Amino acid sequence: MARVSIQAADFDLTAEVAALRADDPAVGAVTSFIGTVRDRHPGAGAGSSQAVPGAVQAMELEHYPGMTESAIESMIDAALQRFDIRAARVVHRIGRLAPGDQIVLVAVSSAHRGASFQACEFLMDYLKTQAPFWKKESTPEGARWVDARVADDDALRRWGIGASNV
Amino acid sequence: MKIHVRYFASLREALGAGEAVELADGGTLGALREQLIASSPRHAEALARTRALRCALAQVMADESTQVTEGAEVAFFPPVTGG
Repeated sequence: MARVSIQAADFDLTAEVAALRADDPAVGAVTSFIGTVRDRHPGAGAGSSQAVPGAVQAMELEHYPGMTESAIESMIDAALQRFDIRAARVVHRIGRLAPGDQIVLVAVSSAHRGASFQACEFLMDYLKTQAPFWKKESTPEGARWVDARVADDDALRRWGIGASNV
Repeated sequence: MKIHVRYFASLREALGAGEAVELADGGTLGALREQLIASSPRHAEALARTRALRCALAQVMADESTQVTEGAEVAFFPPVTGG
């Protein structure tokens, strides 16, 4: 099956995990991460994390067709080199999403849990700062592009990757 | 040399999906950005040096010191915010 899907449609965790580990009896662990749309965003201003419930009414996700897929394929290649994992799968949604909707799935299989836990986090940290997606939030005050976060660059740096986004 | 420039997110809203550009041979992505900035007030605003922007060459993340190649697809966009 494909390792990377960029799609408007929702995804099903159970089906994705079943497909990921199908026909591989060496798998002893699967780690998955799902990112979802929040109904709030951090307040402006350094250090402020005041979030107003209900402030985000919808979210529009844009990507760079072709580059997004190949960038994530390269990240999976890097994860396979770096960690003792069996397989990985990334699904990322695009288009209009509502609060509570699933946005992204990363699932990784391995023989033992440590490698898939680590590879799952590595792939999310990588994707957050190096895969070309952009979020635009609809709020009562109008639509606004979401700002990239320095904290996400710091998360990637933990893995020894210095590429920065912000 | 002829190249194709694409824009995404807020840059796409300001400048459109893309444009064909003539760039001097051997030019870098940084030189291309300067040339675009000089091409119109809209470009000057959207691509201003005060903005943190990222760029790609042939659909791979690149930096402004990267040399552009003939016929290449180049893209400029804001920092990414997926996941």
